[in-house]
Formats: sequence, C-alpha cells, structure tokens
Amino acid sequence: MNDLILDIKNISKSFPRVIANNKVTFGIKKNSVHAILGENGAGKSTFVKILYGLLEPDEGSIEYNNKPFEISSPAEARKNGIGMVFQHFSLFESLSVRENLILGIDETMSYSNLEKKLDNISSQYNLPLDLDAPITSLSAGEKQRVEIVRILLQDPQILIMDEPTSVLTPQEVESLFVTLNALVKEGRTILYITHKLEEVISICDTVTIMRNGAVIDTSSTSNFTAKSLATKMLGQKLDDLKTNYDHIKNEFNFEVNNISCEFNDPFLTDLKNISFKVRIGEIYGIAGVAGNGQSELMDILTGENINISSGEIIFNKNKIQNLGPQKRRDLSISFVPENRLGHSAVPELSLSENILLSQFPKNNFLKNGIILKNNIDDYANDVIKNFNVVTPGNDAKASSLSGGNLQKYVIGREISSNPKLLIISHPTWGIDAGAEHAIRESLIDLAQNGTSIIVISQDLDELLEITHKISVIYNGNLSNAFNTNEVEIEKIGLLMGGKDE
Amino acid sequence: MNNFLPIIISRSQSSNLMNFFVPIIAIVLTLITGSIIFLLLGFDPIYALYTFFISPISSSYGLSELLVKATPLALIAIGLAFCFKNNIYNIGAEGQLTMGAIFGGGIGILFHDTNAFWLLPLMIFAGAIGGALWGLIPALLKNKFNTNEILTSLMLVYIALFILDYLVVGPWKDPNGFSFPKSRAFSESGRMPLLFDGLRVHFGLIITLFLIFVSWFVFSKTMFGFQLKVSGFSPKAARYAGFNQTTLIFLAFGICGAFAGIAGLSEVSGPIGLLYRDISPNYGFTAIIVAFLGRLHPVGIIFASLIIALTYLGAEDAQLFLQIPSAVGFIFQGLVLFYLLGAELLINYKLAFKKT
Repeated sequence: MNDLILDIKNISKSFPRVIANNKVTFGIKKNSVHAILGENGAGKSTFVKILYGLLEPDEGSIEYNNKPFEISSPAEARKNGIGMVFQHFSLFESLSVRENLILGIDETMSYSNLEKKLDNISSQYNLPLDLDAPITSLSAGEKQRVEIVRILLQDPQILIMDEPTSVLTPQEVESLFVTLNALVKEGRTILYITHKLEEVISICDTVTIMRNGAVIDTSSTSNFTAKSLATKMLGQKLDDLKTNYDHIKNEFNFEVNNISCEFNDPFLTDLKNISFKVRIGEIYGIAGVAGNGQSELMDILTGENINISSGEIIFNKNKIQNLGPQKRRDLSISFVPENRLGHSAVPELSLSENILLSQFPKNNFLKNGIILKNNIDDYANDVIKNFNVVTPGNDAKASSLSGGNLQKYVIGREISSNPKLLIISHPTWGIDAGAEHAIRESLIDLAQNGTSIIVISQDLDELLEITHKISVIYNGNLSNAFNTNEVEIEKIGLLMGGKDE
Repeated sequence: MNNFLPIIISRSQSSNLMNFFVPIIAIVLTLITGSIIFLLLGFDPIYALYTFFISPISSSYGLSELLVKATPLALIAIGLAFCFKNNIYNIGAEGQLTMGAIFGGGIGILFHDTNAFWLLPLMIFAGAIGGALWGLIPALLKNKFNTNEILTSLMLVYIALFILDYLVVGPWKDPNGFSFPKSRAFSESGRMPLLFDGLRVHFGLIITLFLIFVSWFVFSKTMFGFQLKVSGFSPKAARYAGFNQTTLIFLAFGICGAFAGIAGLSEVSGPIGLLYRDISPNYGFTAIIVAFLGRLHPVGIIFASLIIALTYLGAEDAQLFLQIPSAVGFIFQGLVLFYLLGAELLINYKLAFKKT
C-alpha cells in the first residue's frame, strides 16, 4: 500500500507522425496539488485526455487507489470520481446557472436536494453563485465557478484543471486559489495543467515536467526555482547556430510603437504597449506559449484588425495602422497567418483560385474587375514548380493537399511577390519534417535578399534556428528583443513563463 | 451496445457525383411520395401524376403558362444566389418583389393615359430601384446593428404587402373601379410586349434570360463574384484577403432586391396589367426553393424554375380535374425542399447506430 491516488506506468500514445506520450510514468499523491508543466506540444493535453477517458492509450497502465483503472469515456471517469474543468467552458450561454447545473448531473436528484447541496458547496469552497443569472451575463471567472460547482456536485476525488487561469483576472486567480486550497484540505486531489512557472511554485506541491511527450522529472516544487523549472521545461536547445548577420542593413524599415488593444473578451488577450523594430533583411522572432496574445497581435500586424486603442505602426515611413490588408499588400507587405484551411487558403477552391486571395501591385490578375485566368494559372504553376508543391495540378482543390504542401504553396504565393516585409505566424505548424526544412530555408533565403521577416511561433527551436532577433510575448506584453545568437535559453524560458528575473 | 436513435457523423469526403445528383434524387423521391399521397387519397397515382405533371404542358398554351410562371421564379432565384453564395439569408424577396411592383406600377398608374416608348423602360427601372431599396434595409440593419437578416427581411415582406394593400384600397384605387381593391389599368405602352400572339408569355422572359447570363458572367469571371464566393466559404479568408464584407452585403442585397423588383414589375405589367392585392402567389418564397434546387447555378436555376413552375400549373389542373385542393402544389414544393435538404445532409453526414 502507498499513498498514491494515481500511479501512472509507461503510458504511450502515438498519432500519425508524432509520439504524443512516450512511456509516461509518475505518481500523484493523494490530497495534493500536482502540476503538469510543459511547453505546447509537450504532451500534457494528450495525457489528461487519456486520464479523463477521451483517448485510449496505446500501452501502459494506470492504477487508481491501488486498483487497475481502465475507462473509455468521460462519463465513466466522472462515475469513478474524476472531474475535469476545461480551458474552454461547456456551458449553455442562454440558460441560467441553475439550469446549467441541472443539465450537468448524470444521476437524478430532487430539486430541493440539489439546492441544499449547492448551498453547502458554495459556502464551503468560497464559490458564491447567483443561480438565476443567465450564463451570458457572467464574467469568465464566474463561468469557471459554475463549471467547478457542476463538477463538485458529483463529489470527485480528483479534479483536473486545464490551464485554469488563462482566462481569469488576477483577483479571480486569487479566489480560485482559495477554492483549490479548500478542496485539498478536504482530502481531494488536484491535477493542475499549466505552463506558468509562478503558479507551479505558489500553489502546487509536486510538479511533473514534460517535454516532447516524455516525463523529464517529477519532484516536490520546493526543490525548484522558477529558473530551474524553466531550464527543465525547455531542455538544452541547439546552441551552435550559424545565423548570418552580415547582410542586415542598419536601417529599420518596420516599427511598432506602443500598440495597445483592449477586447473586452475573456478569450482574447489584451495587448499592452507593444513596441518593436525590424531592420532590412532581419528575421525577428516572437516566442511565447499559445494564448498570450499572438493571434491578436497577428491580426493587428496584418490589418485584419484596425481597431487598436492606441499606438502606431510605421513601414518605410508610412503610418499603416489604419490600413486594411489589401492596402498593406499594395505597400509590398505580405502575410501568412497560422491557419491554412479557411484563413490563408479556402479549402473548397482550387489552387489557382486561391492565388487571388492576396494580390500585389506587380500581379496582373485583373482587368476592369474581370479575372485573367491565364495569368493566375501561370502564377500558380510557378509557385507549384518553384516550391516543390506535390499536387496533380493547379485545378486541385486546396483541401486535397497535405498540410505541408499547402503551407509551401501559401508561403510560395506570398514570397513570389518579392515582398519587402513578410509577416508569418507559425510557419511550420503541423507539417512534416521535409516541408519544415524547405520552408525554413526559403525564409532564410528571402531575408538574405533584403526582405524583413517577422515570425511568430511557439516552436522555440524554430525561432532559435532562423531568427536574428528574438523577443517573448507573455500575457499581451512583449519583452525586449535579444540577439538570438547571444541570448541565454533560460532567459527566454523565464520570460515565456512570465518571470522577468 | 447499439444506440436506439442514430447519431450523425460527418463524412470525411463527400462524393462529387452524389452532390451533382442531389436535385434529381430529391425530385424522384418527391414523385414517389406524391404517388403515395395520391393513392391514400383514393386516386390512381399514375393518372394523378399525369394530370399533375404532364397534361398541364401538353399544349402550346400550357407551355406558355409554364414560362409565365417560371419567369419570375428564375429571376428572383438568380438574385437570391447573390445573397446565398455569400451566406446571407435573404428570405424577403417577396417583399422586394412587392416594392418593385409598387414603384414600377406607380409609374404605370401616373402615366396611365400616356403612350410612349420610354414608359416601360422607366417602369422597369423604377421596379428595380423599389426592390433594391427594400433589399437595402435589412442590409443596412445587418451592417449597422448586426441584426439577423432572416428576421428583418421576412418582417419587411409583410410591411410591403400592407403598403400595397393600403395603396390599392386608398390613394391608388381605380376611380372607375366600383370600389374594387385595384388600381387603374396601365396604358398599352406600359405593358410587357407579348412574345407570341395569343399566348401570355411576355418580354419579361427575355429580361430574365439576359440577367441570368449576366449573373453567370459575374459569378464565374469577375472579382466581385469571387469575393462573394470566398466570403461564403470562409469569412476569415475574406478578411485576410481584405474584401470589404460591408460592401458585399450591400451589393448582394441590392442586386437581389433589384432582380426581385424587376420580377414584380414584370408580373404587374405583364399578365396582370394593373396593381391589386394578390400580385404574386408567393413567388418570392418559392424562389428560395428554386435557388437551392438549382444549386445556386444559373443553368440549374433555369431547370429548377421550370420544375417548380410545373407544380403551380399541376395544382390548378389537379383542382380542376381531380377536385384536389390546389394546396397540393405547396405540398409538392415542400416535399422537394424537404428531400433536397435531407439528401444534402446525408451527402455530408452519415447515420451511425453503433456506439462510438
């Protein structure tokens, strides 16, 4: 007998082209707050989904209260006393709090019984709720409270919290911590998924650090400082970089000055006073963990969002913060957003037609509003040839291409215009190694020829490999920029986890 | 354990061939269901279907009537295609049709004793303006306040109908009309010229075919058509490309309204010749079925308009020869739409009884 509530042994799970969990082994002590810390793609979510019955492991076993534990659905997990609060809430917006709570219960329960239980839970765990309020009227923190109460109604032994503070205000975070402490005091166990170093140290007892699908270490948080956690989380990155700085001109052609943007939406990150400058021929990287304001910043850089609260963007001495995407293209700026299907390309349309989504001054695609099909076909064929896109032809639908091939095509479309500035988000996200290499190479070539490039990416290896300058975005703030060939990796890791020193 | 009720799972790849056959499957299923209904009502289904679908078009008069009915349906449906391709659900074509009839017909009443070559073109122009203005109201509301265009465009239908009602019993009532709720007749030059002597098929057919051709050109050859298509498939890609969604909404509604307005004017200056209460047997609503049955494609819409027009004629014949209420025509229209949507769903999704 031991005091482990969960004993996880050799859990592995593979998806096509990626091993998401590789022999994950660790134990979770009863009556503790246990953190799982890792970068995006470290395998945290996969592991939690296995535990909650959403995925089945390829191999390995889990013991729960010293008994073998095998489940195939979240309903079974809940029946066995495992509850989960997801990062994105699953509440019916138009119904009241009370109705949402009733809908969440698996068993039948009398109405008065429910009210009594709710009263207990609310007062015991610092979770006040207005039962008659419609969900739409609640703040993110209050919605999360409804989720937690809904799960507590089933009296779980283990509560899984997936990045619970990502949508909360600092005050709400504090009150969440009070609740979590009360739950633990009562004998429950909390599994806390996060990438924030500070939270691991302040409220978790034990931490399991994951990297590339494997467990790196499991240990008491008192053995760690933020810095040592960051080092473990990121690992030893490639350090013999041979980035060439010689071709960069000492002249800035793109400046972002004090951009701030408020959204009033719990699922968007407000941007706070963002400033940076890019030289001609320089590749500027923006690192950070997902959801810290990257897509919000990207929308502002591309002109898809021109409603900023304050600040200015200057390109070649033009103020461009009020210009839409097409006007910016006219100035020779090109963009590749993160999502291929449905954003930088329309899956239902052919490759040729997709060319028309972004037009540059030199392109001769239209005459009086009428599409010149031959010119577009020629351009598409050139992109296909020059960037080795594997496809039956320019009339193939974008949806028929593999992720890597479509990404090569989209980047090829943007690069072929010889832009003065390329803004690209997650250039190699979700594609195979061959295409990844080809894309990184083409970006480096482009910069050598005098194009400035801004790369937003969660893939730190990628940024270290291709960029000249690097900065980190955390919670809507952008750090100072460092020369990529000189910066210490721990420094970046600390910044990604929200620690300045 | 198997589920008692099936669950709906998305198909990873929908078959292009089946996609093409959707309208045909829907029509075949409608005919089968129709025969069962006739059988249950106590009629010989073969004879009933013959009366419904064959006998109405077995004479030149019948064919002409088919074209008379198909003309407004096709014209409104191609207009609706501008909206539907952009995922804007304009349900108010009936109101836009009515406003077109009021604007164009108003000119006709004003110049009821004038005979001049410019009268009809002016009426057509006024009809287009009336329909377009009525269509721009939901567009403005959607752009300004993000209102749901399905609701606003539908509500505006009833406002337009009441305005017409008021005009024909009030200020525009025919002074020599014995208080019937109708206006004066338009002058001869305010009427759509007939294409054949003795048949009612009129110049509106030519206008319709011309506008369908223009729409085909816009959809397949112009940047504007491309923008409509991209916004419909993926609003985010349209934003990325920098297309102006506000302008697209105004244009789609405006064009659709203008087409419906011309269709309304063609009705009152074609077969009717004056304004009165019931100028349209719900052409504006039925055209929604035509647009989808024709897969929003110009050629498809031409065929679909003929098929749906036939249900109007068939209903009249069925009432005459079988003593079945003419509402049976609506049943057939409803069946076509039902099977169309059903077949479309099953092409993109499949039912599963197995527990997953």
